[in-house]
Parts: sequence; structure tokens; C-alpha cells
Amino acid sequence: MSAPLGTLRASLQDGSTSSLALVEEALQQAEQQAHLNAFISMNPEQALQAARKADSERSEGNLRGPLHGIPVAIKDNLCTRGLRTTCASRFLDNFVPGYDATVVSRLREGGAIIFGKTNCDEFAMGSSNENSAYGPVLNPLDNKRVPGGSSGGSAAVVAAGIVPLSLGSDTGGSVRQPASLCGVVGVKPTYGRVSRNGLVAFGSSLDQVGPFAADVAGAATLLEVIAGADPMDSTCSNRASEPWSERLAVSNQPIRIGLPREYTTDLSSAARTALMGPLEAMDGVELVEVSLPHTAYAIATYYVLASAEASANLARYDGIRYGVRVEEPGLGLEEVYVASRSAGFGDEVKRRIMLGTFALSAGYYDAYYGKAQQARRAIGADFAKAFSEVDLLVSLTSPSTAFELGSRTADPISMYLSDIFTVPASLAGLPAMSLPGLRDDDGLPWGLQVLAPHWQEEAMFRFAGRLEQQVGRIAEGQQ
Amino acid sequence: MNSPDISKHPEWETVIGLEVHAQLRTQSKLFCGCSTRFGAEPNCQTCPICTGMPGALPVLNKKAVEFGIRLGLAIGADIHDGSVFARKNYFYPDLPNGYQISQFDKPLCTGGGLFIETPEIERKWIRMTRIHMENDAGKSSHGDDGHSLVDLNRSGVALCEIVSEPDLRSPAEAIAYMKALRSILRYTDVSDGNMEEGSFRCDANVSVRPRGQKTLGTRTELKNINSFRFVGQALNYEIQRHIEVLEAGGSVSQDTRLWDTRKQVSVFMRSKEDAHDYRYFPEPDLLPLGIDSEQIEAIRSTLPELADARALRYQQDFGLPAYDAGVLTADKALAEYFEAGASAIGGSPNKVKTLSNWIMGDVLRRSKDEGLEIARVPLEPGRLVQLIALVDDNVISGKIAKKVFDAIWEEDRAPMEIVEERGWKQVSDSGAIDEVITRILTAHPEEVADYRGGKTKLKGFFVGQVMREMRGQGNPKLVNERLTALLEGSD
Repeated sequence: MSAPLGTLRASLQDGSTSSLALVEEALQQAEQQAHLNAFISMNPEQALQAARKADSERSEGNLRGPLHGIPVAIKDNLCTRGLRTTCASRFLDNFVPGYDATVVSRLREGGAIIFGKTNCDEFAMGSSNENSAYGPVLNPLDNKRVPGGSSGGSAAVVAAGIVPLSLGSDTGGSVRQPASLCGVVGVKPTYGRVSRNGLVAFGSSLDQVGPFAADVAGAATLLEVIAGADPMDSTCSNRASEPWSERLAVSNQPIRIGLPREYTTDLSSAARTALMGPLEAMDGVELVEVSLPHTAYAIATYYVLASAEASANLARYDGIRYGVRVEEPGLGLEEVYVASRSAGFGDEVKRRIMLGTFALSAGYYDAYYGKAQQARRAIGADFAKAFSEVDLLVSLTSPSTAFELGSRTADPISMYLSDIFTVPASLAGLPAMSLPGLRDDDGLPWGLQVLAPHWQEEAMFRFAGRLEQQVGRIAEGQQ
Repeated sequence: MNSPDISKHPEWETVIGLEVHAQLRTQSKLFCGCSTRFGAEPNCQTCPICTGMPGALPVLNKKAVEFGIRLGLAIGADIHDGSVFARKNYFYPDLPNGYQISQFDKPLCTGGGLFIETPEIERKWIRMTRIHMENDAGKSSHGDDGHSLVDLNRSGVALCEIVSEPDLRSPAEAIAYMKALRSILRYTDVSDGNMEEGSFRCDANVSVRPRGQKTLGTRTELKNINSFRFVGQALNYEIQRHIEVLEAGGSVSQDTRLWDTRKQVSVFMRSKEDAHDYRYFPEPDLLPLGIDSEQIEAIRSTLPELADARALRYQQDFGLPAYDAGVLTADKALAEYFEAGASAIGGSPNKVKTLSNWIMGDVLRRSKDEGLEIARVPLEPGRLVQLIALVDDNVISGKIAKKVFDAIWEEDRAPMEIVEERGWKQVSDSGAIDEVITRILTAHPEEVADYRGGKTKLKGFFVGQVMREMRGQGNPKLVNERLTALLEGSD
């Protein structure tokens, strides 16, 4: 099912395929590509049943929405009623939610088919999908390489053509970076655009659910379906969803694109070519260098704030009500906590809980959490100033293409630096997306990141559509 | 419950500040739609939010905020736009999220205060530090077999924490403060203030210092003293303990202690060094609480008249003594009972005072004997007023009125109906009275002779005889008059 969403919808509409056929094909593909380790849980029976229902509704002329009958994969940190939701953690290996995340129920109501739960870094903490209790996901483009993270499984299943769409979550780049490494489109909406209800929290002030698709139009369509106000999430904006996918009509309208100096100074010449090649070839695009002077503080700021929030968000995993409980005779309450959490959490999760706990501790709060909040505001102000000069910003999504499995696991800092271009937009709450750029010498895709002012997803998608076409034209010419 | 032990140590001054947790009277919890009804089966009033399920988010109950503002206005506090919820982190099995959602450096209200009265000090202003909102934890019960059970029905219930300045100087003042605060909570309908159901709980910070010293002594915190009686006992005990330690040349250690109601001692819980580091930080799942002045004014316009103002009005409008006004207004339900009666009477000061006597006397006595809340008293104030009118109009005597009172309390019928049915009407017919008097005088010739010989004290004897004969129904004034007339032969 390597066809983009638009093609599949047309085939469903003209009757040349059915939802049942799509789901059967997806199941077959999932089996053939099981070595990718991209799924943690599936319920084929339920998916097939939902497909039959979608087909019968379609035959009655009852279409629920733009994703009617389309299989969608869901990152395993989004709650699915009756379907195990592990967050790729041993701790939640047996956890079956009693409710659907808001985004999941919107998909179901819109006629989409919940196809399966995708592998990811444990509690969304990681940039390579190597922190999963269920083992790493392999990059479909080169199985020796990582798919990126934390939403590696969701990126991989779209890149591998198993399903046309999937949902991930992005806290500091967890949708955009794997989209980049797998050569698909991935979107982090404006913070507050999509409900977090039912998204298992990592860094609550940063987390956003975002779509993966083979192309810009597909990602825009999926975002349309999941976005919009939700009374269950107080941080979710009242702004209604918009028909972004219908507004992609490409024009060569003049546009000012900013290139942040801090994101380009250290680029290799190959990376620079990957970024500048398509941009310089575009008509009507004025390229302007801008500065985001606090960029250097972004990674440190992010790891303090996200880890601080995570240290509280993960406190509920205490083994009392659900999940792992290590209970041996003679263990006191404190010891049950320690034993259960030690057994249930992986190393990276423990590292971040300790980091976050430390940053919030009496005597250290001002120096770490307080300072990081200040830096976060300064980073936001950088973007505000830049957007007073230009319409959008463009950068590479990640400083490198997909790297080899195991090559960065020994050094957390080098791993954290994979997110150096994605983290600032997360701190500022801005919409940003990654789309596939040109390929490197190994045939691996670079990712191009488009960043927009708050709530300007429309401008972001429109330009991403133009850029997508330009990349396509260059790629065709190179063949 | 006063401060008997303190008077033994005139050289020491006690300083007390209280932290009261009051449960807000919302139908649903602070961050979810679950019911707050008391006494349900364990864990039946729960949902993903109040059980800390992965992915669940808090949604603020607007009614609870309104209650918080109401309370703030009632005590004259500043209400802050942009107050911030914060996570207070600690592990305990009845705290499902591993953090409580509270307010820390930016609470809903700061400042304000209330008046207290005790026999020693008459009237004193106690300053408030702050009021903030937070959710309650669940309830743990510990079995003898080493297992514990957790009930999360309480988890997420809306609370206000009300913190006073260290302005209280004795256990009696602390109790007076709690009563005054509870009265305000009830007047404003913010909380039912019910201690038995845990909707009104208190922690106390207490220290002593040599009288005249400006700086505060080292304090201890007493946890969980959940009745007025325990507050008095616990504070007295703790103050005594501080004084003994200091007089023996020791120093008080800044500990948190638990009041053991059975052994009547405070028990060490943890020292300052072991104090939790709660790692407060702003709750990222909730926005700062926006409150505009329009909303504040709208709430202010619905505030009822509070006890203080009401007591003043009773004195001015009804001419009631300050004591009566104080007793009648201390409890909102009692004040409402009184006012319903007063409006039925029509405001004549004498009659209102009679009503006040009845309420402070018989109504309070019977409700106390039966353990009834005033709101549950079966006797309607209107009937009590009818009863008073029967006495005033000489239909029944004051003595019979007490019997009628008991009857209408028990039977839900109009007093006149009872009086007629039981033939309790007062006899004011002088002919009928004369007839009885004549019979009595005839039956006691010796006493009559003695009386006429100067032993006028015997008058009481004759009154008693006549009234007994008339089963208490003779109009006492007439009986008196006629007796005098017939005895002294002036008729």
C-alpha cells in the first residue's frame, strides 16, 4: 500500500478497491515485514470487522469523513479502549485502557480503521527507537539503521507501505525526526491544536499528537480529522480544525523564507546542499538569513523541562493500581515502589526521572527549572522576532540522515543532539513539520523542516506542498 | 476546653496558626465529573482522571472556583486573577497520580480575616494568610494482616486550604476561630463544615515564647485534629509539652506530630530534616486561572449577610441583647429559623425577645438532646410563633405552653388544635375561677383564718391549690386577683 492517501481514497470511491481489501493487504504487509518490529499489538479481527462495516456504510452512501475505511496505525502511547497500550514499557506490558484517547475516538467516529499499535521509545523518550522494551524498530529503507524516534514504529509503517497513515507524538521532535529518517511526512501541530486526552504524558507542556503520511496532503487530511477543541484537555485550544488538505493548491505566490543562521553554520556541505538545493530552485521564494540567538540553550532547556514534567508524570506508575508490582513477602511500601519501578522502567526512563527529580529539588529549582523556564521564554521571543521578518522558517529536520543501530546508544548526549533542530519549535509551541528532501549518497533521505508562527498550519502546509513538488522535480531530473 | 493549663504559666505566651481544609460543596470532584456523595461503596465514584490512569487529564470544576471566590470575598481577601495550580509531588498509595494538584506560590486568595470572640477577649481580628484550592487524596485503611485497602471515592474531591496568620494566642481562641470559620463556610454555602465526614479538618502550628518576646519560638505542626474537642486537647497538651521542654532548659525540635486521640498525646511523625521535598512546579495540564472583575462582582452580589452583620442587625432592628444576637447568628440554620419566626411575628420587640428565649432555650435544648441539626428540627418556626401568641392572648398559660411545645415538636400539628383537643385552654372566666376559689377556701378554714390573721405568705399555698384544681389552666393573673379579693373580703 505504497500509494498516498489521495490515491487510495479515489480507488475506494470508484470501487476499484474496498476497505476490506486495504486492511487485508495491510495485514499481509505487516506479516511480510514483521522483521521491522514496528508493531507491538494488533487486533486483526477487529480491524477486518471495522473494514467490513466501513464498506457496508459506503455502499449505503454513508461516508463518515475523509478517512472513511482507511487503516491508520497508532503509536502505543495513545490509549485505545480494549487494546493493550504499553508505551513500549515493561511496566505497562499488561495494561489495557478502559477509554480511547480523543484522537482515537475522532478517528473511529470519522470511519477510520484502528489498525494496530506501533513500537516506539519507552514513554516516548528517545531518538532512535532503541529504548523500547519490545526491541528496536528497523528502518525500512535500510535495516541496519534506526528509524528515528521516539515514534519510530509509526514512521516505519508508513515508509514501509504497510498503512497509508499513522499517528505519533512529538515532544521534542519525536514525529519530525523519525519522519525525516524514514523519508515520510510528519507534523507537529501548534501546541494546543490537538487534544492530549489519552496521550500518555511525557512532557505535558510540550507533547502534541501528530500525523505521519506519505505526502503533505495525506498528513494535512489526518490532522484535519484529529484537531480541534476538546473539553477533556484544558490546554487544547478552542480553535476549530480547518480543511488544510483542500487549501494546498500550489501557487508561486511570493514568500519570504527565513533560514536560521544557528541551524546552518555547522552543516556539512552535503547537508547544506540538501537544504539549499530545493529552496534555491523555487520560484517566488525570497531566502533571508535570520538569527535565533538562544538556540544553543535549547537542548539543555528541553531536557530540564521535559524531564521535570516526566518525573511527575511517571509517578503514577507505582504498581498499586495497574502495571508491574513486585511483591515479595516482607517488602514494605517504599520497597515495593522501588522494586516495581526498578523492574518496570528502562534505563533512559530512569535517567530522565532522576534528572527531572533533581531539577525540581529544593535548592536546585531556581538554578535548573527556573532558569530553563527563562530560557524557554527567550527561545520563544527569538521566534517571534524572526517571524516579524519572514513568513516561515526552513531548516533540516535532523543534522544527519538515518544512523546505524547501536551507533549512539553509548552516548546519550550525542543521541540528544539528533533533536537539535526540532526541540526549539517544541519549546516555543510552534507548528513544524518534516517532509522528505533529497537523498544522500547512501540513498537515505534528508528531512526538510518547515516552521510556522502559532496556528499558521495553513501557511506551513501550503509551502510544504510547494517544496514537496520541487523536491520531486529535482529527484526526477536526477534519475 | 478553655485554656486552663496556660493560666498556670503566665510567663509564657502561646502562638497558634491554623491550616483548615474544607471540602467544597460541589456535586462533582475538582478535576473530573465523579460524584462527591459521602458513604458510597468503595471505589464506585471513580474514573480514569481520579484514579490516575495513563493519559487522563484534569479538567477544572468551575463551580469549585466559584466557591473559592465566595469564601475569599466573605473573609475580605484579595482574589487573584491568574492564580496557578501546581503539582505537589509525593508517593502514597491513596494518591493515584503521585502528586496532588494544589496551588503554591500563586494562590487564589490572599489576606482577609475574621473576628473571633471568647469570654476572655471579647472580640479579636484574626488575619488570614491565604486560601488555595487543591484536590483530596483517597482513603487508606490498614488491616491487621499487613495489607492495606485504598478507597479512591474521596480522591479528587475539591478542597480549600485556609491558612491563618499566627494570630491565635490560646486553644480557646483556636476553637473560636474554627467555629467562626465554619460559620462563614456554612453561611456562604461553600462547605457543609461537617467534621464527622471529614469535610472540615485542621492542622495546627503551635509555639510558645516568653511573654514580651517579639520573635516566634520554634513551632511544631500537629496533624489531623478533627474535632473541636481534639483541637483543645491537642493544643493544650502540645503547649504544656513545649513549656516543659523549655523550662527544663531544652529546645523544641521543629517536628510534625500526630495527635493520638486514644492516648491523648502527640506522637512524633517526622522531623524538619525528614520533611518531604514536594518539588512543587506549575501544573502543565491546567492553564493559569483567569478570573475577571465581572465574575467577582457577580459572585459578590450573591453573598449572603454573614453572622457578624446579622447579629448587629438583630440588635438594631429587634432590640435583642448582644448575647441573644450572638447565639442566634452563630449557626446559619438557627439564624434562618429565628428570622422565619420573627417575620411571622411582625417585629414587635417584646414578642421577638420571647421568640429568642424560646429558641435559645427549648428549641436548642431539644435539638441538642436529640442530636438534631437545626435544619432538621421538626417544629416549624411559624407554629412556635402561634404558640407564643396563645400565651400572649391568655389562651393558655406559660406552664401549659411547655406541654404544648413538646406536643407540637412531636406531632406536626397546630398548637391550637392540640390545646382544644386536650382541653388545655386557660380559664379566664372570673365566675368559674371564683367558684373554685370558694371551694378551696371552704375546704381550708384554718389556713383562711391564719391568712386573715396576718400570715399573708399563705397566699402561695392558695394559688397552688387553685391552680391544681384547675389543672394549671387558670389565668394566673385573674386567679391572683380573685384570691386576694375573696380572701380579704373586699368583694
